[in-house]
Amino acid sequence: MGTSRSDRVHDVVVVGAGPAGLAAAGRAAALGADVALVDGAAVPGGQYWRQPADDALAGSVASLHHGLARYRRLVERVRGIEAAGGWFPRHQVWTVTREEGTFVVLAITGTGAEEREVGIRGRRLVLAPGAYDRQVPFPGWDLPGVMTAGGVQALLKGHAVTAGRRVVVAGTGPFLLPVAAGLAESGATVAGVHEAASPLAWGRHIGAVVRNVAKLGEGAGYVRTLARHRVPVRTRSVVVAAHGEQVLERLTVARLAADGSVLPGSRTTVAADVLAVGWGFTPQLELPMALGCATRVDVDGSLVCTVDDQQRSSVEGVFVAGEACGIGGADLAVVEGEIAGAAAAGTPLTDRRLLRRRLALRRFAAAMHAAHPVPTGWIDRLTEDTVVCRCEEVTVGRLRSALPLGADDARSAKLLARPGMGWCQGRVCGYAVSCVMSAWTGVPPSPVSIAARSVASPLRLGTVAATEDPSSAAES
Amino acid sequence: MTEQSFTFDGRPVAFRSGQSLGAALTAAGVRSWRTTRADGRPRGLFCGIGVCFDCLLVVDGRPNERACLQPAAAGMQVESQEGTGHGHLEV
Amino acid sequence: MAEPGSDVVVVGAGIIGAACAFFGARAGLSITVLDRGSVGGGTTSRCEGNILVSDKGPGPELDLALASRSLWLDLAAEHGAERYELEEKGGLVVATSEAGLSSLRSFAAGQGTGGVIAEPVASERLRDHEPNLAAGLPGGAFYPQDMQVQPVLAAASLLAAARDLGARVVTGEEVTGALRGADGRITAVRTARTTYPTAAVVNAAGTWGAVVGERLGGTVPVLPRRGFILVTEPLPRVVRHKVYSADYVDNVASGDAGLETSAVVEGTRGGTVLIGASRERVGFDETLSVEVLRRLAAQAVRLFPFLAQVRLMRSYRGFRPYCPDHLPVIGSDRRVPGLLHACGHEGAGIGLAPATGRLVADLLTGAPPQLDPAAFDPMRFVLEDA
Repeated sequence: MGTSRSDRVHDVVVVGAGPAGLAAAGRAAALGADVALVDGAAVPGGQYWRQPADDALAGSVASLHHGLARYRRLVERVRGIEAAGGWFPRHQVWTVTREEGTFVVLAITGTGAEEREVGIRGRRLVLAPGAYDRQVPFPGWDLPGVMTAGGVQALLKGHAVTAGRRVVVAGTGPFLLPVAAGLAESGATVAGVHEAASPLAWGRHIGAVVRNVAKLGEGAGYVRTLARHRVPVRTRSVVVAAHGEQVLERLTVARLAADGSVLPGSRTTVAADVLAVGWGFTPQLELPMALGCATRVDVDGSLVCTVDDQQRSSVEGVFVAGEACGIGGADLAVVEGEIAGAAAAGTPLTDRRLLRRRLALRRFAAAMHAAHPVPTGWIDRLTEDTVVCRCEEVTVGRLRSALPLGADDARSAKLLARPGMGWCQGRVCGYAVSCVMSAWTGVPPSPVSIAARSVASPLRLGTVAATEDPSSAAES
Repeated sequence: MTEQSFTFDGRPVAFRSGQSLGAALTAAGVRSWRTTRADGRPRGLFCGIGVCFDCLLVVDGRPNERACLQPAAAGMQVESQEGTGHGHLEV
Repeated sequence: MAEPGSDVVVVGAGIIGAACAFFGARAGLSITVLDRGSVGGGTTSRCEGNILVSDKGPGPELDLALASRSLWLDLAAEHGAERYELEEKGGLVVATSEAGLSSLRSFAAGQGTGGVIAEPVASERLRDHEPNLAAGLPGGAFYPQDMQVQPVLAAASLLAAARDLGARVVTGEEVTGALRGADGRITAVRTARTTYPTAAVVNAAGTWGAVVGERLGGTVPVLPRRGFILVTEPLPRVVRHKVYSADYVDNVASGDAGLETSAVVEGTRGGTVLIGASRERVGFDETLSVEVLRRLAAQAVRLFPFLAQVRLMRSYRGFRPYCPDHLPVIGSDRRVPGLLHACGHEGAGIGLAPATGRLVADLLTGAPPQLDPAAFDPMRFVLEDA
């Protein structure tokens, strides 16, 4: 354990090397800025263009990727950053602090005895932390074999492993289709895709859709793949329970009525060893919030950063791009990254086309969120022994016991019944606990009350202590 | 293609370079490698990207490593984890 | 539109407000508790839940702490220790130098005259108390009377018990002022939404006591003193007692505005280990201070070397309410008839809450106080000014 700090002050430090961060770093570097790019993974790409850490492995999953040519162009543009010593792979940022007018990104690298902290300094920051799958609990969801759709996709794209032999894909949103198609193409049996939304939902937003025909084409390609593998795709359909002794064995699926409740008599049982489930995404807001960036609640109910048309946050010198500004997909993330990178480099883009493109993609995202809500009926299907907080094993019954003690929102529930107090710090259960408490008390959810996490990634206390100046801490 | 192995609870598990422990265990048909500290329930990969901490296991004696993030390496000794993984510290 | 009237409005649903509500309701008063946030959501949710006598020398605060301690035991006997997660875990104070050990010894000897039990612990016996402690520490003292509760649960349970006695608790209700009669007496409390007719108001707003006092017409000199606490990953029971280094006592009593840290380490029912304690006067600055985290981590690792390999999972900061003389303000504000203060308990609010609540109830009902309240008189600062 130890530390390394460099006196080098970069013009721009970009945190996150997914679509937004790659675009921002490349653009800022192209404009002459001295850029550092920091990411937890070994290879750039983020969750969307997740790449294996090994070339041979990468070759075997290349066909699964969408828009790989574009990815390669973006990576090509950051080669100079790597050559100049500004690429920090496998660096997990745990916090950002300020020192003498600069930002210091504090990251952990190495494991075990090799774990050490690295401080990366910059005059300006671009935060592109991305997002993770949003989940809602249901009976049995804590069984091994129930996975997030993003996790199943990460196994496939990042490690060339199919999560199971017989997989059900469920939840809502356009992301379910590439997950199911990738599994089918890789030899898994996809026992069904269960999309909770109505097939007609997009019809109401036809304007936003026609301006983004390319995305529609992408979706149609996945549908063709699924048809070729004879994968049944059901709409207005949900997984209501998972069953098994030690691991997932079966799922109960059901049809939804328009109000989100289960249609009587529609429950059927499906055998599966893996369920890939996702209900949209949750932005990673730890770092923007640690810096005090203003937030708002987006149309999908997620807390997101407030930014202006140059991707400037409310904090001077801090730019935010991609999913942290609102879940909108990789195309939008790249556009926002380009804008943020240019602005952070001190040369704001004057290209109106890019700004217009961002607006169109934002509208498309809003239409997507409207078409793929989380149907509210999930709260009614919880049983008293359904686990809500996986880390602290807090059940619905235990959560309910906080009500007579005065719990009236997610934060007070956390303080009285411990949901969100464990390893993941409420990243997985925060949305669900907010919704359940709101349904029980009638108080509207307040995502911001539980969104702050002072330590963005856990690290050893010995590592935290390592850079402490012994003279300043001498005990009396 | 490089095939190497680490041990999981004493038996060899093959992996390909660049794979995580979680990926290699999944490919070997292992679904669960942790039990929870309160109810002793089985857990394995859930989020798969380092967010949920459900896939914790013991790597070369170090508990609470995330299987989804930890790259597999030849000769690694990997063990399933019970509860906090720090049982030996209990007083 | 006004709400139904009550004998007393308590402003603040933290541990002090909860204790005032409970003891007031038990004395037969009708009570309404108002809080702008949730139950126990302020400093109560930002502390470790300590009920300590070990850090106090003889004097009025120790008398309050000892009275409070026995009331906590009564409450646990009456309602069940589980409702508060009360643990009689004891405290182990560890000297980190020979000089520190001799001042700890003389401090402990003085405490004995005030009713504190302190058992000297020789260097080689320290690990009988705490097997995971570092080797070679010079010695310490064991304080069997120190206890701990889960602070938010404790406040919520006290409020629930008060509700059982007829009290009303309204959260999400911010007090904006008071209405006063022709004689100057308070007749009602105003909030952003409505008014609550009442004969008396208790300012139990903790760190925000100065603001609430001012809104009610009688300010008190309560200021914030920031502290960070580090929270580890979940562990089995690795630390039995509250363990802290001897210089903690000096830091608590210090008048220095700069950053002071001393190692304070303890386990929780939830499995996490809490690491404190820092004190600095920086107003309500909420920014994370990495330097404070580093110092706290380093000091904790020195006491418990195994912690070096344990992960930091989160940290939190709180703002302790302190008065210039480090004593709370408890009593009537003679500038505003009907107004009482019960705030400024600095880092000791959980421990001092029951005796504070009982004292406030005595003052409200006119019963003879079971403890001399003179040292806590809110007027002590006002008179100095005059």
